[in-house]
Amino acid sequence: MSMLENKVAGDKNAGNDMIQYVTVVIGGQLFGLPISQVHDVFVPESVTRVPMSAPEVQGVLNLRGRIVTAINMRRRLHLPPLQDEQMMAVGIEYKHESYGLVIDTVGEVLTLPSSSAEPNPSNLDRRWAEIAGGVHRLDGQLMVILDVDRLLGAMFTEPMAAA
Amino acid sequence: MDDLLREFITETNESLDVVDVELVKFEQEPNNATILDNIFRLVHTIKGTCGFLGLPRLEGIAHAAETLMGKFRDGAPVTQDAVSLILVSIDQIKDILGELEAAEGEEPQGDDSELIGKLEEMSAAADAAMAGGGAADEPAADAEPEAEAATDSDDFTLPEQTIERPLRPGEVSLDELERAFRETEIEVEVAESAEDEAPDEQPEEIEAPAPAAAKAPEKPAEAQPAAKAKPSGEGGEKKASGGGVSNQSIRVAVDTLEHLMTMVSELVLTRNQLLEIVRRHEDSEFKVPLQRLSNVTAELQEGVMATRMQPIGNAWQKLPRIVRDLSQDLEKPIELEMIGADTELDRQVLEMIKDPLTHMVRNSADHGLERPEERRAAGKPEKGIITLAAYHEGGHIIIEVRDDGKGIDVERVKAKIIERGLATEAEVEKMTDAQVQKFIFHAGFSTAAAVTSVSGRGVGMDVVRNNIELIGGTVDLRSVTGKGSSFIIKIPLTLAIVSTLIVEAGGDRFAIPQLSVVELVRVQKNSEHRIERIKDTPVLRLRNKLLPLVHLSQLLGIYEGENADEAIDADNGFIVVMQVGSQTFGVVVDGVFHTEEIVVKPMSTMLRNLDMFSGNTILGDGSVIMIIDPNGIAGAMASHASSAVAENSEDEQEDLQQKAMTGQNAISLLLFRAGAPEPKAVPLSLVTRLEEFDISKIERSNGRDLVQYRGALMPLVYVNDGDSHKTEGTQPMLVFSDAGRSMGLVVDEIVDIVEDRMNIEVGSERPGVLGSAIVKERATEIIDLGFYLPQAFEDWFMRKEMDIEALTKKVLFVDDSSFFRNMLTPVLKAAGYDVTTCVGVSQAFELLENGDKFHAIVSDIEMPEINGFEFCEAIRRDPRFRQMPILALSSLVTPASIERGRQAGFDDYVAKFDRPGLIAALKDIFAGDLGAAA
Repeated sequence: MSMLENKVAGDKNAGNDMIQYVTVVIGGQLFGLPISQVHDVFVPESVTRVPMSAPEVQGVLNLRGRIVTAINMRRRLHLPPLQDEQMMAVGIEYKHESYGLVIDTVGEVLTLPSSSAEPNPSNLDRRWAEIAGGVHRLDGQLMVILDVDRLLGAMFTEPMAAA
Repeated sequence: MDDLLREFITETNESLDVVDVELVKFEQEPNNATILDNIFRLVHTIKGTCGFLGLPRLEGIAHAAETLMGKFRDGAPVTQDAVSLILVSIDQIKDILGELEAAEGEEPQGDDSELIGKLEEMSAAADAAMAGGGAADEPAADAEPEAEAATDSDDFTLPEQTIERPLRPGEVSLDELERAFRETEIEVEVAESAEDEAPDEQPEEIEAPAPAAAKAPEKPAEAQPAAKAKPSGEGGEKKASGGGVSNQSIRVAVDTLEHLMTMVSELVLTRNQLLEIVRRHEDSEFKVPLQRLSNVTAELQEGVMATRMQPIGNAWQKLPRIVRDLSQDLEKPIELEMIGADTELDRQVLEMIKDPLTHMVRNSADHGLERPEERRAAGKPEKGIITLAAYHEGGHIIIEVRDDGKGIDVERVKAKIIERGLATEAEVEKMTDAQVQKFIFHAGFSTAAAVTSVSGRGVGMDVVRNNIELIGGTVDLRSVTGKGSSFIIKIPLTLAIVSTLIVEAGGDRFAIPQLSVVELVRVQKNSEHRIERIKDTPVLRLRNKLLPLVHLSQLLGIYEGENADEAIDADNGFIVVMQVGSQTFGVVVDGVFHTEEIVVKPMSTMLRNLDMFSGNTILGDGSVIMIIDPNGIAGAMASHASSAVAENSEDEQEDLQQKAMTGQNAISLLLFRAGAPEPKAVPLSLVTRLEEFDISKIERSNGRDLVQYRGALMPLVYVNDGDSHKTEGTQPMLVFSDAGRSMGLVVDEIVDIVEDRMNIEVGSERPGVLGSAIVKERATEIIDLGFYLPQAFEDWFMRKEMDIEALTKKVLFVDDSSFFRNMLTPVLKAAGYDVTTCVGVSQAFELLENGDKFHAIVSDIEMPEINGFEFCEAIRRDPRFRQMPILALSSLVTPASIERGRQAGFDDYVAKFDRPGLIAALKDIFAGDLGAAA
């Protein structure tokens, strides 16, 4: 955590064009979250499920005294659930509330020039496209930028599946 | 907006609230100089500060109002108009302040000259009045300081102060401002001492002046920046005199308190976690310090809670003014009594009940209290009394809004209930008065005959109830006709900490607020409480009541078994009996753990749309738990029940439709072919046997074909004249037997036996055929057996003549509508009944009295003069007809009307359009009859 924060501080000095991303893997795909939005990386434990909530809401959990709403990114992206493997979560803040995006694994922090981001390919799955803020071409793989505002914003406005 | 201005706005708003209250009091006691001084001082302060901050509009109004009040002090008579005008000015000042706040310190544009003009006019009028008869009015004794100060200004050794511009109208000079500060202190002391001296004379005032006095000393202290700005030696002196009181209290932003509260909540949770850990280690050295930490935390929590507490009087502050205005608008003298204004409750709760309280007071004034003349007629004092009372009762606060008016008119509420279709007449009749009165909490209910500006828009009491229930409170109602009504609101002291019961359902734990839990019932094999089922609906017999039950996991949609109906284990379970409003029900859970005081944390916005939960929290073991919202559960419970009912009624509806379509439920039809390629059908129930005879067995005798069948000769009948049996192989036929005789109907081929509805769509003129129906999607002739039977034995029916006469039932059909008589008589006749029609009940009675014998009566319900219910009751009273079957026939079929019919003594209740239902009902009646005879 503190290391991440140091990097944020460093990043701000580095220049405007470079953006640091925390990379995460969801269903084999590499995603990047702007580091400024990531508060924590934690292991989601003892998640209390919330009956009648939207299917992608995995539940609520206690993260150092704060109640965090865990969102299962695999379900959000319409991927099959991860079998018997420890999942990770990325803690983010949205509109003064804490959310945890439950993902497969967390990778390294990458510093990428914002100019090298490309728009979403037009044939991208619509459900993915709505939460992707562009694509970075990396060596040997692509990194999809996860647009947190759109990801969570859509969940507020969309009618809840269970409701 | 700078701090000074913000301070000013808060300050002034508070002052204005006090002025409001004081003015109303002043109006009633125009000679009370203390009150007038108090008001005068507050307005003066406002005026002065406005000038200082450069707010000309506010200053102008305040000045004009002050001038008018100055006249009162000088002895001008206090009129209601004048007070109203000052109140209007106060409102105007409030409005401007509101805009000022919204506009971040910019004084809004606007013209107040009209208002100021009126105020000045009134001042002039007051002058005139004083010059005239006003002299008789004794000038208020201790209203002098300001006047004296004005004349004796030389006595003050103030350095002359000037500003670099001329004074605007209504503006005060710095001298005056300075003086104002000085005087406020003097007057405060006067106010306090006056209060100390005369508590017995003004008992009802003790509440109000106290906060006013407590607030007042703050003013000079906070106005210090202004005073300090001047090169004046008095600053220190003022500080010394005002400081003693003002230092006792400080203003803290609500946010700071909220944050503190959150942090304490965290602390409580952490403490709980630590306690949980220590509990597991028996001899821990942490035990003692932790115990101390625990105590300190508890005290800290209490302390912080106390900072959030405010006297309920704050929520009542606006009410005297409202009642005064209402009293004028409605022309009813009203007195507002407030008891227990210092009862404290959480400010969050306080905010939430402000509006409902206001509304209820309005209601009491408008609907509750009668007009003065009515009151006089009822022997009550002309002045109506509305009482507000608040007190603590075991972790709750009870607020009562009581009036001594006419009480709730039960009959009018009943009429309204029926008019609005909220319940049927029969249901309403069965309700107790209290139940009827509760209907005023229903949405869209208002008994005020006309919509007034005060109330009567029908968005009243249900909103009140909703608001109160939202904060976990309840509202109850007691009303005595002629004596008045009283609303009792019960609300939790605080929303932040809730005592809950931790339960388990579907593998998860949930917290249910204790407030709504009435009791817990353990259900076990052989225990006195058992879960029973009515159809599939589980209920619990608890003392004298039947409680509807539903499993929590079902309500929450987390039941994991196959069939949700089986979630409730009849032999083992815990039932949490909950009461929400007037609704009592049982929620079945898998386990009950313990009770826990929990700190409610709001749910994430994403989950806030779930009305089953009111929040969530962290338990001592660190896990998150969802807090059940009793209102949500009650709502789900109701819809759960109604969906079950809806399902049932849907089924019934379908049944009915089927019946209506078919005439009866599906019957077995035997399909065959005879003489023609198109299929024919006959009800299977009429067919005794299906037989195939070798052709050689068919003999011919006396010009007809016969076979020997069971030792007798059985005549063969052909479907069409001129048909003949096959010439070789076997001949299939349908055998019909009755009373030892048999007939064989010769067919070409037996096609099928189908379950279908025999719905004859096209009638037939051709003998032997009843008509055509769709069977298995093909047009099929339905054979009329009655045509063929006599062909076999001419006397088939003849020899039963006697019996048939006995069997032919005479039915009396009563209906005032000729349309229905014409429509239904043939139906009844076709069904084999001997029908006599009557156009009304009196004619029916005539016939019955004449000794005409009927086996049954079919009667319409909606008839003029005497309706069907009364008719039936009358017949039932007559011993001769007590056993007579009577069928009700009505175009209105509701559960309530059916119930009413049953009570009247009808054997059955049939819808008019349901012709097959009528036939079936008659058949049932006579079947029972026959059965009884046999």
